[in-house]
Amino acid sequence: MSLAAAQHGFLSPAGVEIAFLLVGLATFGAALVTVTTRQLVHAALWLVVALGGLAVEYLLLTAEFIAWVQVLIYVGSVVVLLLFGLMLTKAPIGRSPDADSGNRWAALAVAVAAAGALVWVVVDAFRTTWIDLKGPAAGSTRVTGESLFQNWVLPFEALSVLLLAALVGAIVLSRKAKADEAFGTSATADTPVALPGEKEGAR
Amino acid sequence: MHLVYPAVLSALLFCTGLYGVLARRNAILVLMSVELMLNAVNLNLVAFDVWLSRAAEETLHSGQALTLFTIAIAAAEIGIGLAIVLAVYRNRGTSDIDKLRDTAEGPETEGPDTSAAEKAEATA
Repeated sequence: MSLAAAQHGFLSPAGVEIAFLLVGLATFGAALVTVTTRQLVHAALWLVVALGGLAVEYLLLTAEFIAWVQVLIYVGSVVVLLLFGLMLTKAPIGRSPDADSGNRWAALAVAVAAAGALVWVVVDAFRTTWIDLKGPAAGSTRVTGESLFQNWVLPFEALSVLLLAALVGAIVLSRKAKADEAFGTSATADTPVALPGEKEGAR
Repeated sequence: MHLVYPAVLSALLFCTGLYGVLARRNAILVLMSVELMLNAVNLNLVAFDVWLSRAAEETLHSGQALTLFTIAIAAAEIGIGLAIVLAVYRNRGTSDIDKLRDTAEGPETEGPDTSAAEKAEATA
């Protein structure tokens, strides 16, 4: 994969490509299990496998900083938030028969059609394009930091304001519901009392 | 490395997330599928940025910067989304999307008055 070798075969097996392919298969399989399993907690745990596999793919693409950010934020915090959400909404542990909606066959048709169209277009467009992974890493912390704080400072700061707004919004959203319950207003008096998770005796 | 590999993997992951969003019934599972779709976009951004940083003379590394921004926005989105799901669960006792039909237009809707909303709540 040097610059001198201008023509490559369509599938020239290099080590990094084989590793990428294997990790990609594992990632895709974990994603499929995530969207098809009937056990809700297992879906979150398979999501960890999929996101971790994507972090390995970033490492193989020499984007180290993105890979560690992916591990820290997605695997570390987003999945934990999702697990907290599952437990706070009393999700049934074990197989829940109604995890899939009634329109899953239509959804499957749409997804397969979209996958076919996208893969066809992408393969047709980038059949002869190669990434040169030699040389210094394209996404080391130094390179990413220099680009982020030289060219992207203003969006970066705006993003921090957005994160603050999201934090405040999440707190406000959770506190407002508590205040409504405490006041016991008549508008929410006709809400159903029986919680579905309690009846099933899941915990 | 062939550029087709990350591009195809990204397309497949996106369509997996699309299936999950359309077919899942629990709101938190729908949020998980949205995360899969966002990650597919991130993989595309990183792969094309690595390709362009070799192909072009000068680059802003816009793909990796946008990936970082997407990750941060996804974290904000998952926080707000879970807060909304928890608020809905406290009010309605369910996080089942198919049962939250207050704003849906059914075939038997007689008007935009409150009776339709009350009927939907009674069934929920």
